[in-house]
Amino acid sequence: MISLDLVFEAIVFGVLVGCFYGALSLGLSISFGLLDVPHIAHAAFLVLAAYMVFLLGTYGFDPLVAGLIIILPFFIFGVLVYRLYYEAFEKRGADAGVRGIAFFFGIAFIVQVFLSMTFGLDQRTATATYIGNSFAIGEMRLPWRLIVALLVAVGATLILKLYLSNTLQGRAIRAVAQDAWALRIVGINPVLTKQWAFGLATAVAAIGGTLLIIVSPVEPSLDRIYIGRTFCVVVLAGLGSVTGALVAGIILGVIESLVLTMFGASWAPAVAYGLLLLVLGIRPQGLFGR
Amino acid sequence: MKTNSIVFGIFAIALPVVAYLLPALGLNEYYLYVSYIVLQYVVLATAWNVLGGYAGYVNFGTGAFFGVGAYAALFLMLAFQAPLTVQIAGAAITGALLGVGVGLLTLRLKGIFFSIATIAVAIVIETFILNWRFVGGAAGMQVIRPPVPLGFETYTRLLLVVMMILAVISLAVARYIQNSWLGRGLQALRDAEVAAECSGVPTLRLKLIACALSGGLMAMAGSTLPLYSSFIEPHSAFSLNYSVMALSMAVIGGMSRWWGPAIGAIVIAASQQFAVSASPEKHLLIVGLSLIIFVVVAPSGLVGSIQWLRKWLSPAASTGRQSERLGKP
Repeated sequence: MISLDLVFEAIVFGVLVGCFYGALSLGLSISFGLLDVPHIAHAAFLVLAAYMVFLLGTYGFDPLVAGLIIILPFFIFGVLVYRLYYEAFEKRGADAGVRGIAFFFGIAFIVQVFLSMTFGLDQRTATATYIGNSFAIGEMRLPWRLIVALLVAVGATLILKLYLSNTLQGRAIRAVAQDAWALRIVGINPVLTKQWAFGLATAVAAIGGTLLIIVSPVEPSLDRIYIGRTFCVVVLAGLGSVTGALVAGIILGVIESLVLTMFGASWAPAVAYGLLLLVLGIRPQGLFGR
Repeated sequence: MKTNSIVFGIFAIALPVVAYLLPALGLNEYYLYVSYIVLQYVVLATAWNVLGGYAGYVNFGTGAFFGVGAYAALFLMLAFQAPLTVQIAGAAITGALLGVGVGLLTLRLKGIFFSIATIAVAIVIETFILNWRFVGGAAGMQVIRPPVPLGFETYTRLLLVVMMILAVISLAVARYIQNSWLGRGLQALRDAEVAAECSGVPTLRLKLIACALSGGLMAMAGSTLPLYSSFIEPHSAFSLNYSVMALSMAVIGGMSRWWGPAIGAIVIAASQQFAVSASPEKHLLIVGLSLIIFVVVAPSGLVGSIQWLRKWLSPAASTGRQSERLGKP
């Protein structure tokens, strides 16, 4: 029998890791949840951002500062990727179907190969005072890196939530998913709105990638695990629900952490995918779905 | 159409014989190895296209079916000392059952949800195998091969012939589907699932049949892996690379014709094998870039380019092909 202390500790860790998962999924909940773009490459963008933070780290930048530096380049990168996607698929017909998915799959694959060619297959880490240290509450030791992730996750979610519900542009982004034609009637260009939103989603992914390398070492093929986690969070939350992503992330984190404690680490990667299959089967609209 | 079938039949019998005679031509083992890999990808890409090209369901779990085939064969070998034919049949049945399972599980899932669910299936199954001690678990397992059957000098030569037969089988299946009610039904459900359902196409049954055939063929391709490489380990057997490759080959070759994925497989797998000495990663990069370029610029793949070229060269013959395109007998 597993002691109650251990279960409690697993739940606390699960909540911390879950907020981290929520932060990783924020970008996807915009690009896939709101814009309906089949963005398989989101997890690859996270890993790419993590490596960029690592690269800036070799020049002496703190990971969080590096994360702020890469936001603008990633925004532009996202705009360009969406532009290509739009010109190639959305402009020609309503449904990109198989080819749209293949397109993003190809991008994810190129990012992965590019990273392994440039940085090699070794694991990379970032260095900062808050990585590696932990602070103690009673018996428990909480690593600072997870607390940093928690703070950034909650902050980013709140800012994004306020932006999407209180600004004109944010509301336009939410509207474009529901009815692009109506948006055109009130004088807003739906294509530019989606382009801006995809750039924003990629910029948010840059923040996620920064947390990724703060929390754990990264390697080029890491995206395979996080495709499942991020999609699991977004689907569990309900497409397009930003605050839901944080809640869903915490649910996933806690379940994963409990499985890890009870059955061992080798079962943990299957949890996100198993949960995803379960949600898709039982409640495809998610917890807070529109 | 009838003469076409006869020509196909002649090729179907002749190709395995050619594969058997190849070593006699004095080709060294390396070329046999390359041919084996190319044929393996012909099977995988053709099988992928049954679901991806005809029905429009993008499967990212090619590696899962391949790995399941490999481990089903390994299990039969370890538990019952089953001969190769039984191993292949067992793998095919397991793969087909898994296909039906995936189909049932993803009954109402479309587009990207289906694709994500197939990745999920791949990861979940890989995790089970990782924790299954009998077949070696995470550490993998050295396979003790029985002596080579009579008439063959090495396993490479035997398995080359076997893989050629499997490639012919999968091409025959794909060709049959394309020319029959199955293919037309799948195309209908790809283009408009609700409309197809309304006009009496049994979409669910067709989808399950496509899943079973595609999964069975992919597992068959994996069934020879334990004997071929004599070492088996989950990460390489379930590698995502199989999914990437099968998808890229089908898209680059062309998804609208049964022979399109095979063309893609031959071009990409052969170039991969000869690029290994240069840099395998550069080759992967080129595959990824060509995937995107083809998807954006030439959605009908090499098949489309070939047809376009033929039309361009002989405008008079285009009317004949028109009827072929419409699928008339």
